[in-house]
Amino acid sequence: MAETLEKQKHYLVPEHVLIKKDKVSELMAELGIKKEDLPRIYKDDAALKLLGAEKGDVVKIIRDSLTAGQSVYYRRVV
Amino acid sequence: MIVKKIGSVDFNFINPELVRKMSSTEIKNPETYDKDGYPMEGGLMDPHLGVINPGIKCKTCGQTMRNCSGHFGHLELERPVIHSEFGRRLELLMNCTCKDCGKLVLNDDQIRKLQEASKGKLVDYTKRILLKAKSAKKCPHCNAVVSKTVLDKPTNFFYNKERIYPTQIREWMEKIPEEHLKLMGYDTQRIRPEWFVITVLQVPPITIRPSITLDNGIKSEDDLTHKLVDIIRIDNRLKDNIEAGAPQLIIEDLWDLLQYHVTTYFDNNTAGVPPAKHRSGRPLRTIIQRLKGKKGRFRYNLTGKRVNHAARSTIVPDPYIDISELGVPLEAAEELTVPEFVTEWNLETMKKMIEKSDKPVYVIRPNGSRRKVSAENKEEIAKELDVGYRVERNLQDGDIVLFNRQPSLHRLSMMAHTARIMPGKVFRMNPIVCSPYNADFDGDEMNCHVPQTEEGKAEARLLMLSRDQIISPRYGAPLIAPKEDGVSGCFALTMPQTEFTKEEAMQLLYSIGLSELPKPDRGKKYSGRIIFSQILPKGLNLEFESFTSKVFNDAGYTPQDSKIVDEIMSKVKIVDGKLVSGVIDSNALSEGRGKIVDAIAREYPSTVIEEFYKGVNRITSFILTNQGMTASLAEYEVSKDIESLKTKAIDEALKKAEALVESYHRGKLEIIPGKTVDESFEQYMVRVGYEAKAKVEKAIMKEKLHYVTSEKMTLNTISMILAKSRGSSLNLMNIAGFWGQASVREGRPKKGYYNRLITSNEKGDVGLLAGGFIRNNFLEGMNAKEYFYHAMGGRQGEVDTGVSTKVSGYLYRRLANALKDLVASPDGTVRTASNMLVQYQYGEDGIFPMNTKSGMGVDVKEELKKLKESGEI
Repeated sequence: MAETLEKQKHYLVPEHVLIKKDKVSELMAELGIKKEDLPRIYKDDAALKLLGAEKGDVVKIIRDSLTAGQSVYYRRVV
Repeated sequence: MIVKKIGSVDFNFINPELVRKMSSTEIKNPETYDKDGYPMEGGLMDPHLGVINPGIKCKTCGQTMRNCSGHFGHLELERPVIHSEFGRRLELLMNCTCKDCGKLVLNDDQIRKLQEASKGKLVDYTKRILLKAKSAKKCPHCNAVVSKTVLDKPTNFFYNKERIYPTQIREWMEKIPEEHLKLMGYDTQRIRPEWFVITVLQVPPITIRPSITLDNGIKSEDDLTHKLVDIIRIDNRLKDNIEAGAPQLIIEDLWDLLQYHVTTYFDNNTAGVPPAKHRSGRPLRTIIQRLKGKKGRFRYNLTGKRVNHAARSTIVPDPYIDISELGVPLEAAEELTVPEFVTEWNLETMKKMIEKSDKPVYVIRPNGSRRKVSAENKEEIAKELDVGYRVERNLQDGDIVLFNRQPSLHRLSMMAHTARIMPGKVFRMNPIVCSPYNADFDGDEMNCHVPQTEEGKAEARLLMLSRDQIISPRYGAPLIAPKEDGVSGCFALTMPQTEFTKEEAMQLLYSIGLSELPKPDRGKKYSGRIIFSQILPKGLNLEFESFTSKVFNDAGYTPQDSKIVDEIMSKVKIVDGKLVSGVIDSNALSEGRGKIVDAIAREYPSTVIEEFYKGVNRITSFILTNQGMTASLAEYEVSKDIESLKTKAIDEALKKAEALVESYHRGKLEIIPGKTVDESFEQYMVRVGYEAKAKVEKAIMKEKLHYVTSEKMTLNTISMILAKSRGSSLNLMNIAGFWGQASVREGRPKKGYYNRLITSNEKGDVGLLAGGFIRNNFLEGMNAKEYFYHAMGGRQGEVDTGVSTKVSGYLYRRLANALKDLVASPDGTVRTASNMLVQYQYGEDGIFPMNTKSGMGVDVKEELKKLKESGEI
């Protein structure tokens, strides 16, 4: 049987880290941003499949960046 | 003042009842004016529709021209017509519903299913309904036979292959129940499909179709008015005919004519309808034509704006003005004005200016009234002038202006300059500021704008002044820098052989604008370096390799070869603004690389770099006019040694290529990973050509260096190559050596005839000479075959420049338009106009390239050096 393709492990998919609801306000204070300002990501996004993200959580996305080497991005799960 | 914010705008189809309610009067008279020239009551110019003449009051609202925005009228059509833009919608509705009962041609079950699927929301299921309705033969509700409706675009309908008229269609549409319409996406509270059949036509206010009185007193009507006249005339004729009981055929003809006029009234470019013409044969500009396209209301009037206080002319280079200056032609300056406030400090100057002026100057009193100053009234006005007045004076030296060249691709496409009024008809600019504008002087025209407010002037001066834009905000390296002649000039000056007598030195320094003579450093003579040091700012310390020294190094020279070579190859060293050693070339001055320019632009106020550029320009003019820099054929003649090296290199390449061809044919070629045999072979062949070329190129370059190493230096194209101000050793090679492999699309040219490039080659010959290798140069000339090979490569270059400028320009435009509203907000995030977050840090690293050194936020080496010098480490 063919191996199932794990999209989350593909080298083009950046690392996604889940930040649970209770930690979100802390993060918002750190960033100095309101929660509503965050860009959104769908709960059923393929990249979040293994994370078990719930509505209201925040995902931290660590991407490779041309300018900064690595850049951190946050998205609100909806 | 009541300020209200527009939350949303909703577009909908207008309700006939609303048309009647909005109407100020019914229009039914096709005449516009009576024989005395007064507007007719009930005519298209009825005074109830608004005012276009000053001083007359509106009959509807009682206001004057400025305040009355006009009022709609209405026209009751004798017979309804189809709104041509909605023919397609009507067709869909008719094909989905039953003509007899108006219900959807679906059974109750299907309808219920759709209603459930929509969950009470408005969803357009037209496509699904249509699919099912197509197969229906009979209406499930009333059992009537269902036939297909065909639309003959734009407005003729055929039901069961028989013509069906707007009256019938309207009756049909009225029958469709609300719940069924909802399934087709109609919000029945606001729109009903029977409105697509027009029974009452809105007559727009005269303010949007004003008549113009020509010079000869003849009144000319707007195109819309013409069209409305046609509609009313036909409507009246239709009415008369119906009342007179005319035959059905005539009535139908008139009805169709009415339909035609209404259709073209909305859109005079409707497909399948001949456009309505003016008497002169010009097609009429009706409603859609007014809005649509490049010259339409949106793109021409709303998106594109035109300004006053601007001038446009051809540009011309003038190295004798500063980079932040702009030579404004006198003719333009006399037309452009700047408002100046009269204060207690400048009152006297202003008075004097008015008394002296023989050019148009305006005076604006505190109450806002303006007076033109003329020869007769200038003394009177000067006497009247007091604090609080404003004077609109002509542009004069020192005024700040904005200068712009299209396409405005980046912020440096519009920079501020200080005006300098000059004779002539053209704008003059320092050639050094060409690069940010991407301008040249082959006929380019540029625009100049004069800021009118103190805020505007201050903004321009502080944020946009050209001398503050030396470092590119895109890549953090100098963008406004000398090139070509400027670099060549400084190169010639700082070469070790260059020296001046006292008289010459005085002349040169004076031309730069310096009056102090430094102490001579070569006995009684002055070296070029000491002259160059005079334009460097004090306190500048730098050390770097020059491009020239790199060329010498590559050519195999060593500092031991001669004293001159040693001096040329030594590092450029600047200590406290004195050039101690080294040659100034493009590594010191030019765009993107210039170390001196970079250092001065970063570490000194911008006036310093302006002064420096001024010096560079003067040096250039002096050196290049006094010593001259020229080209001669002799520069490209090569010695016997090179000649034999060349033949040897070519022979070697041919031999290597032969071996490659043989192993290719025998299938023994080593394959490059990831490539096919053919691809590998091609790459090997190209490489053979390049290797031969590189060898000869290096040798020629080395041989030619004698022009600059001899005691008496010759300034020619070789020194340009050395200074990297123009041309490269490759150009030299192509002229004096050989061209080598012609290339098309990154490889040897391939396409042509069957198995060969050109017909003078053998079929299947894949060798070097049959594949586009050129063993001759420009000086000797190529043979016929080579000429064709060369032309193949040349053609590709020509096509590429044409295509890539077009494509990349459009690509850039799309990108810039998409990104133009993004803003780096004070908290460091990047946000859109609606405050949506795009990036958590500007550019992901929070670094603004303009403040970096070639994109590096911190120059670690430089900082370490500074710390060491200050003794902290």
